[in-house]
Amino acid sequence: MAGWLFVSTLVIALVAVYRPFGDHMYRVVAGTRHARVERGVYRLVGVDPEAEQTWGVYARSVLAFSAVSVLFLYLFLRVQDKLWLALGMPKMNAHVSWNTAVSFVSNTNWQAYAGESALGHLVQMAGLAVQNFVSAAVGIAVAVALIRGFAARKQATLGNFWVDLTRITLRVLLPVAVLFAVIFMIAGMVQNLSGGVDVTTLTGATQHLTGGPVASQEVIKELGTNGGGFYNVNSAHPFENPTTWTNWLEIFLIFLIPFSLPRVFGRMVGQNRQGYAIVAVMAVLAIASIALTVGFEVHGAGTVPQAVGAAMEGKEVRFGVPNSATFAAATTLTSTGAVDSFHDSYTAFGGMMPMINMMLGEVAPGGTGSGLYGLLILAVITVFVAGLMVGRTPEYLGKKIGAREMKLASLYFLITPALVLIGAAAAFATGNNSTALNTGPHGLSEVLYAFTSAANNNGSAFGGITVNTPWWDTALGLAMLLGRFLPMVLVLALAGSLARQKAVPESEGTLPTHQPLFVGMVVGVTVVLVALTFLPALALGPIAEGLS
Amino acid sequence: MTTPTLEKPAAGQPAATSANRRVGGGLLDPAQLWRSVPGALRKLDPRTLWHNPVMLIVEIGAVFTTILSITDPSVLAWTITGWLWLTVVFANLAEAVAEGRGKAQAAALRQSKQDMIARRLTKDGREERVPAPELRQGDTVVVEAGESIPGDGDVVEGIASVDESAITGESAPVIRESGGDRSAVTGGTRVLSDRIVVRITQKPGESFVDRMIALVEGANRQKTPNEIALNILLAALTIIFLLSVVTLQPLAIYAKAWQAAAPDTQAINAHGVTGIVLVSLIVCLIPTTIGALLSAIGIAGMDRLVQRNVLAMSGRAVEAAGDVNTLLLDKTGTITLGNRQAAEFVPVDGVTAAGLADAAQLSSLADETPEGRSVVVLAKNEFGLREREPGLMTDATFVPFTAQTRMSGVDIGDRQVRKGAAAAVLKWVRDNGGDPTAEVGEIVDTISGTGGTPLVVAELVAGRPARALGVIHLKDVVKAGMRARFDEMRKMGIRTVMITGDNPRTAKAIADEAGVDDFLAEATPEDKLAYIRREQEGGRLVAMTGDGTNDAPALAQADVGVAMNTGTSAAKEAGNMVDLDSDPTKLIEIVEIGKQLLITRGALTTFSITNDIAKYFAIIPAMFAGVYPGLDTLNVMRLHSPGSAILSAVIFNALVIVALIPLALRGVRYTPSSASALLRRNLLVYGLGGVIAPFLGIKLIDLLIQFIPGI
Repeated sequence: MAGWLFVSTLVIALVAVYRPFGDHMYRVVAGTRHARVERGVYRLVGVDPEAEQTWGVYARSVLAFSAVSVLFLYLFLRVQDKLWLALGMPKMNAHVSWNTAVSFVSNTNWQAYAGESALGHLVQMAGLAVQNFVSAAVGIAVAVALIRGFAARKQATLGNFWVDLTRITLRVLLPVAVLFAVIFMIAGMVQNLSGGVDVTTLTGATQHLTGGPVASQEVIKELGTNGGGFYNVNSAHPFENPTTWTNWLEIFLIFLIPFSLPRVFGRMVGQNRQGYAIVAVMAVLAIASIALTVGFEVHGAGTVPQAVGAAMEGKEVRFGVPNSATFAAATTLTSTGAVDSFHDSYTAFGGMMPMINMMLGEVAPGGTGSGLYGLLILAVITVFVAGLMVGRTPEYLGKKIGAREMKLASLYFLITPALVLIGAAAAFATGNNSTALNTGPHGLSEVLYAFTSAANNNGSAFGGITVNTPWWDTALGLAMLLGRFLPMVLVLALAGSLARQKAVPESEGTLPTHQPLFVGMVVGVTVVLVALTFLPALALGPIAEGLS
Repeated sequence: MTTPTLEKPAAGQPAATSANRRVGGGLLDPAQLWRSVPGALRKLDPRTLWHNPVMLIVEIGAVFTTILSITDPSVLAWTITGWLWLTVVFANLAEAVAEGRGKAQAAALRQSKQDMIARRLTKDGREERVPAPELRQGDTVVVEAGESIPGDGDVVEGIASVDESAITGESAPVIRESGGDRSAVTGGTRVLSDRIVVRITQKPGESFVDRMIALVEGANRQKTPNEIALNILLAALTIIFLLSVVTLQPLAIYAKAWQAAAPDTQAINAHGVTGIVLVSLIVCLIPTTIGALLSAIGIAGMDRLVQRNVLAMSGRAVEAAGDVNTLLLDKTGTITLGNRQAAEFVPVDGVTAAGLADAAQLSSLADETPEGRSVVVLAKNEFGLREREPGLMTDATFVPFTAQTRMSGVDIGDRQVRKGAAAAVLKWVRDNGGDPTAEVGEIVDTISGTGGTPLVVAELVAGRPARALGVIHLKDVVKAGMRARFDEMRKMGIRTVMITGDNPRTAKAIADEAGVDDFLAEATPEDKLAYIRREQEGGRLVAMTGDGTNDAPALAQADVGVAMNTGTSAAKEAGNMVDLDSDPTKLIEIVEIGKQLLITRGALTTFSITNDIAKYFAIIPAMFAGVYPGLDTLNVMRLHSPGSAILSAVIFNALVIVALIPLALRGVRYTPSSASALLRRNLLVYGLGGVIAPFLGIKLIDLLIQFIPGI
């Protein structure tokens, strides 16, 4: 009952904010005025905010900005012991630093370190938290550029990356973050610069409680679908997620931007119903996934779960099974990767669901921006097959889906599966799977999950696997890097190609892309493509485990 | 499967009967399949298969399993290997059958291209005999009764009846004469009577028949834009399935090592999944069905046009036809039956009906259009006015009808008589000092309002202002069934636009009666061109038919330009399709064929992909149940053994190609309807059908092959 209430209030809240928050984001990205502070930023960086960029320039800006970010963060981690607020932490070693830098810049937030025992406050605030903001903004900017491609008519440019980045950070992410950070502090999250206190527990032992700027980092961790926790146990830690209602709020924040972006899409292409269709696809997949995850966990098979009534292992008592399972689904349906329970301990099928959520390409609703552009790519592929079936050259929103568009879309959906499958196979082929805690199907799941999470920029860990070895840090770092930026370049190229086209006017013969039939078809294509790609691997992992 | 509605001959169209005659012999008889086998085997050459990556992978897989079967022979290995080879052969067979049908037509065409000797005229007027292939553009040749025309060209002198059956299949001879829109002749056709002089317009080796042979043989068939895009999608799917199978191996080895106690099976041992099974899985997953049939679908699509006596100069044009948003249709001959007929003389201003008839007849003598002839006929029938021979009237100067002046007439001594479109003639009256009374305007409006065409007759006698004599009422008869046809078009999202030289009111009346969406009245060739440009500016694709030289710019501008075979060489050069039957209604069929072509590709792609679901349920438990017995739960079809399950999937995969060849050649059923209705239907048949069919098919095959020893 509480589980139902938890999920249904989430749905209601997200429905309620879809229009107002979506409209707000639309005004931010479509507006022409520059705030004074923004002008200051442009002068500082040295860009002309009125200059429109072609897709190539836009892509180069994204890559340059991200490359500088990786380099900066890497150096930051390598010299943190010499800076303020280091709390006596040593510098991070080279391979973990590389992995962490890539991880935060790529919006993955895979953590090959334990926050409270590896990082000082300055790196957390000025290094990681900054990337939490801007990496989220980069994702949204790329999505917006793709939408501009659909909306444009015979145009070479897609807007200006620096303007998009600045506005999204300052006008969308920052205000919401400030508001919710205050609420989180009220809820009991810590927010200080203290090095921590030693307390004597009831049993008489001494425990070190680390303080820090937790609330402020927590909010952008969820809002920007980042997921990198201040503490090693992430949102399971009482300082990061004290109560059921902060748990609810965190899930709400995770979904807020990804579920509202289709509104921006609808507004920008001038047909709100197209936005509704896209959000419907996301919602159908998300609700089905949450229902299945909760179902598998509540009715989990196995001796212990049946004895205690549900699969409680790895879950916090203050959240319970349905809320933990909902969090697990939410964090993997988006590219967040924060956890408030441990997926490794889930039932076989319950643990498969987060993996499948990520394998879907994180499109339901996906990461900030990346979810929308991922789903639009799937919509393009659906339109192509469906368009042929109505006897016309396929077109989406008046833009013809020809050879070039198909080439880019096909490459896009090849990249992440290729990274996941090649990565997992390489781990087994080279024996690096031996760092997994388990063997057999569950050990296979642990390895498969790690690469699925990295390549899809999720960052959640199944757990049960030691990943701070040079091989794992390098391999997962590459998966994160390629899984983030190759698709982005393809998306921008597609946007450029769409923008150059003129629009074909709609007629009775045009495939309607706002009706339930099309929504169903996109859902079908998404699920079938994923099932066909990953079923063999899943059969040897969670499916074999679940059916034994 | 039902017969496609496209095959239904349009009522009352002589063209359709000749098209039917050509289709004859059934769409796919077993003999034809058999005859295509050698061709299919020749296509096993990897250099040929290179253009079809999906089938190339199957062939590479077949070579690999052949080697494995030799080194480690077993019944299962050899049976699977055999079926993998058959899969490739079946795919080639589909293409060979499709090509074979064109080849038969090409052979017939070649007969008309026997060694011909041309009688070329030299500059000084003498005749010399040269072999036809040596003719150059601009040469003039003489052709007399009983001789074949040595090359494509225009008649520059004379008139003759020509047998064009070699090209059109239509045995009734046609008239070809110098000047006007019936001057084009085609090389290889025979002159039956009289003598004509032809100026050659083709380059050597590029005659119409040469191009036609190349087209029906598919010799230089290029992939169309949609085909290229689809090939990219298929390649991507192939890569992803290759990846997902190849990367499975380390995982399988790990699983087998962990369950070391599990016995080896035909599918998996300590070295992982066996090569045979791995290849089987790849072949079953990659989109072989559509990969095998894709080029056959394209060839058959062109072929369906050829069967309807339409020659598309490129596959691109056929595809564009499916995309057309706007159809420009000439009123005459397309929307209305034949030609307008003069039905009534309405005199004005005290002129007698007989006087008007006399003037009308005079002014129509030089008007060779059917409308002009009908005026003469009416004058004769109603007033007994005998036709005067233009040649006998020595003092008369005839003013022929042109599209620009839009009137014709005659000057006899100091009297000028003009007849033509109301606006043009009334302007002529005013320009010559006359003042057409309001009465004329009223009559013109009344006739136009009822859908008729008013032709105003006026005269100018020297020294007096010009005056209107009256109005000839021409009547149009809209063809039966056109309104329903246009309603269908509207459902398909295609706007129909009627092109007519009539005034706007007349045009509107007929447009209303026929049910077209828009009309272009008093259309000059420039108007047509401008209209097409305007539509294209808005992103719409335009199709039109045309025959005259002045249609050429518009035909070239249109996305789909269908030139009539009776038309001029210029028109045929400008368009991207030629209709040998010269039936303007056929544009509608061309659009339907274009759509059908795309739908067939989309439907079979969907079918191919959805098939994979069942194959997984067959192969995954077969591969891994030996290691993890729990996975046998996935064997929902309860297949006999791992070996039989894998073999059944491979056999189904191969047989489904053969089963779908007829569909690929014929195209899926297409009924004009809205996009949503089409999608719903095709998704149900080919999407849901694609999910269900292989479950039944694989189970059925498994029931049979389980009796093979060693499986």
